[in-house]
Amino acid sequence: MTAALETPMRTEGGEGFVVELTTFSGPLDLLLSLIREEQVDIYDIPIARICEQFVQRIRSLGLNEAAEYLEMAARLIRIKAQMLLPRGEVEMWEDPRAELVRRLLEYQQMREVVDVLERRGEERRNQFARAYLPQAAAPPQAPLALSLSELLAAVDRVLRASKQPNMHEVIPRALDIPGAIVTIRSVLSLRARILWTDLIETTAEPWQILSTLLGLLELAKAGELRVVQPRPYANVEISRDVASEAA
Amino acid sequence: MTSLAKLLEAALFASARPIATDELATLDPDASGAQLQAALDEIREHYDVEGHGVELVEIGGGWQILTRAEYTEAIERAQLAARPARLSGASLETLAIIAYRQPISRAEIEEIRGVAVGSVLKSLHERGLIDVVGRAEGLGRPLLYGTTPVFLEHFALRHLEELPRADELAIALRLPNREAEPETEPETEAPAEPVAAQQEGRP
Repeated sequence: MTAALETPMRTEGGEGFVVELTTFSGPLDLLLSLIREEQVDIYDIPIARICEQFVQRIRSLGLNEAAEYLEMAARLIRIKAQMLLPRGEVEMWEDPRAELVRRLLEYQQMREVVDVLERRGEERRNQFARAYLPQAAAPPQAPLALSLSELLAAVDRVLRASKQPNMHEVIPRALDIPGAIVTIRSVLSLRARILWTDLIETTAEPWQILSTLLGLLELAKAGELRVVQPRPYANVEISRDVASEAA
Repeated sequence: MTSLAKLLEAALFASARPIATDELATLDPDASGAQLQAALDEIREHYDVEGHGVELVEIGGGWQILTRAEYTEAIERAQLAARPARLSGASLETLAIIAYRQPISRAEIEEIRGVAVGSVLKSLHERGLIDVVGRAEGLGRPLLYGTTPVFLEHFALRHLEELPRADELAIALRLPNREAEPETEPETEAPAEPVAAQQEGRP
């Protein structure tokens, strides 16, 4: 697994190493690797040398991949510049590399955890648990089988659970479609073209409206009249069917 | 084996996931904690002493029957089961950070790793290794991530405390010792893992 690092290919010049940057998981990884290769003290990094190496490595990369590496290169160069500035009082001087060292150590610590995880993960990988079987689809529900008396008893139980069953009577009111048809016909015999609102009185009850609607559809189906709505939500226009009139 | 041990064995065999001790306790309400532990020990000994192809392992906050590692290759060759894909180096790094710093936001992980981790977090989440455990108080209320029981299972951990404590980690680079041969440091092996671990997909 470490082939890329342990057996780097030497270039013709014999100067540096050719290392695929993709084997590094980020700029900190590359930086740590350089520090190890150069065998320098992490608390006293020769910034110029490391920076030069770093830039050399990332040169081969496309800008997109290199963005994070370039940011690190810029940081190194800034640290280098800060190192060159004359130090005022020795006491007050803060090593500009300190923050970088802190991050490198933190990163290094994390890499050690990665080693632990990697080792344990590999151990676990070599053991199989009972295979995961996806849940079998639930069998279709059996058709409901119960008698009328059982259903009524159940309704009774449910109703009794509520404190005061709010009962009210439902009066069946049959629609009067034939009556509605008679009305529509009589209105249409007086006027060739009427509106839906002409047919419905403002005080009409729901059953009356429904009767009129169904009667209207019935007549339209029979070809006695035409129903047109010019625009969505517009009032519906009803007219005598010219063709049927001619017949 | 005692009847309790047999009952636990049957339950462990039936389950695809580790069973926590309190879940095992529901199998027999009369059994005490000590009796359960004794039964588990009995199963483990039964497998180890008599020599079985499986073993009882304490893992992910529970107990699980696993095949012994020495038979893995034969099983895989016969295509009866397949080892899961290895995690990439980027995934391992991200997991390591989350394991130690949870709950942690994406920005904090990126600060430590020095690279963007958005897609890595997504794939870890899809594999069930991490989960969103809350939101930070700060600006934008970023999501906070933590590890899951699947994480423990994946790395054969009983609990998070089994990972080395921060102060137990060696930090080989802390001591400047140019005389010592740095090649032998274990860390030199670290960075090249991703080669075989192309993320998702099982072989």
